Amino acid sequence: MTVRRVMGIETEYGILQPGRPLANPMLLSSHVVAVHAAAREGARTKARWDYDDEDPLHDARGFHLQRASAHPSLLTDDPTAPAPSGDAKASSDGPQALPRATTEEYEDPGAANVILTNGARLYVDHAHPEYSSPEVTNPLDAVRWDRAGELVMLASVRALASTAALPDVALYKNNVDGKGATYGTHENYLVERAVPFGDLAARLIPFLVTRQVFTGAGRVGIGQRGEQPGFQLSQRADYIEAEIGLETTLRRPIVNTRDEPHADPDRWRRLHVIIGDATMLEVATYLRLGTASLVLWLIERAVADGGAGGGLAMVDRLTLRDPVSAVHTVSHDLTLTARLELADGRRLTALEIQREYLAAVRTALDHVGGERDAQTVDVLARWEALLAALGTDPASCARQVEWLAKLRLLEGMRRRDRLAWDHPRLAAVDLQWSDVRPERGLYHRLVAAGAVDLLVTPEQVDDAVARPPADTRAFFRGEVVARYGGEISAASWDSVVFDVPGAATLQRVPMRDPLRGTQAHVGDLLDRCPDAASLLVALGS
Amino acid sequence: MAGQEQVRPRRDDEEPVDGPDTPTPATPSAQARDAEVDALLDEIDDVLESNAEQFVRGFVQKGGQ
Repeated sequence: MTVRRVMGIETEYGILQPGRPLANPMLLSSHVVAVHAAAREGARTKARWDYDDEDPLHDARGFHLQRASAHPSLLTDDPTAPAPSGDAKASSDGPQALPRATTEEYEDPGAANVILTNGARLYVDHAHPEYSSPEVTNPLDAVRWDRAGELVMLASVRALASTAALPDVALYKNNVDGKGATYGTHENYLVERAVPFGDLAARLIPFLVTRQVFTGAGRVGIGQRGEQPGFQLSQRADYIEAEIGLETTLRRPIVNTRDEPHADPDRWRRLHVIIGDATMLEVATYLRLGTASLVLWLIERAVADGGAGGGLAMVDRLTLRDPVSAVHTVSHDLTLTARLELADGRRLTALEIQREYLAAVRTALDHVGGERDAQTVDVLARWEALLAALGTDPASCARQVEWLAKLRLLEGMRRRDRLAWDHPRLAAVDLQWSDVRPERGLYHRLVAAGAVDLLVTPEQVDDAVARPPADTRAFFRGEVVARYGGEISAASWDSVVFDVPGAATLQRVPMRDPLRGTQAHVGDLLDRCPDAASLLVALGS
Repeated sequence: MAGQEQVRPRRDDEEPVDGPDTPTPATPSAQARDAEVDALLDEIDDVLESNAEQFVRGFVQKGGQ
């Protein structure tokens, strides 16, 4: 009965070389990664991504897409890293021997990749630099390490600006260019495998369709290329074209079926949510993750109880007649009064559907009873308060809801300067909103003016740039990179491969359980081991 | 920014600041809201791209996920 679960956010940033619109975005993105301090320190740049356990074509519905029929953009496990031998998949938790490569590795600059001391991954995905946050256990930590990602990107912007031989870049935490391109902000949630995927998807879709009312980042322009002047709630809505599917780069679905749990697949699935917007407002990020986690808890618990107990029946009555067009309807309705047709013939607004989910979660929580942790109480209270305020006075939510914070500025500018929605200054406000540079980003001007609510302190964010969360395996990943970086040859979400000088083979440490490798588990052990060799001996004993 | 609510950063271990027991301050009037937005716009005018049209036209991205 909690918002707590293993979660994380991946963000592809928009990238520009100011004044050079034709600059190659892949090259610029690889500069963003390569200039990062961790990469420049030398040894750590050699830590490649370990693709051994990646399987982006595995579909949660139970079948496997043939590589030959997959869109090339889906092959995210492109083996620029040589696959370790098959015996590396042994299930033991101790280090596993891997043969060394006999020739020097080929370093593809497009495969630029850095594993950060905070447990995150900074790399080039398609034509964008991407920050994949470390695994965290709660929505407030998700905010902290998501904000840390903004500072990681800012550090690269600054480093490039101060290096005459390299191009300047500007980075944007948004999802659209207004010309037809979109790039993603994906949420990941660890979900119990016992929940059948079809049930999970069916029960989540009405929630994901309607949550835009408080999670949307706002967007100037309507239609994939912004062909119609105006404003809408969500950056991503117009690019959602399917209910359920494996693709992430075309025919984007409300519920994505990529099933790479990066954990014990018998016990867990990783729900990969691609419909969401990148948000600068901390409350928006917090509630996006927090409410989704609560709804997932409701669904998991109902399955564990054999479908009994309060709440689930309410959710099962919320099936939408046409979820894809409902995504667009909700996003395009600034009044929050549009009615969506349900499968049972009812017509409810997005706010009413969200209130049903909230009531269902509350019913289930009351059914279970017991103590609730502070974040669960906080998320529920904020969710309820926002749904109420959005129903009576949406403008009053501009401190917490990003599309309303953005719309407030845009409407003010329209009123003051008598601008129509197709005026380029309004589009410029939308884009410059998420520039990561505090002196340029308009969101940061709002922070400076005290016009938005914050949840984490600058000190907490700074700390999250350097250090991993203490309570997931990201702790082990980040700490070994910080302590033994020069002796790590590759790493991934669920493994670290050590290359200890003088050892006969590489040694791969599997991390199949996201909740092991925490500070409580390995903190003392790491403190006792001055180098990777002693750590591996300790782990193997 | 007279009249602005102060930002109240919150630490992990503190009670939520916006829980049901501590309602947010009363909604300001429409006039006060306009004044607040105008003050924000003054700040933004100073940093917004001077050639908005060129900036928007040049903001071209390749697709992603």
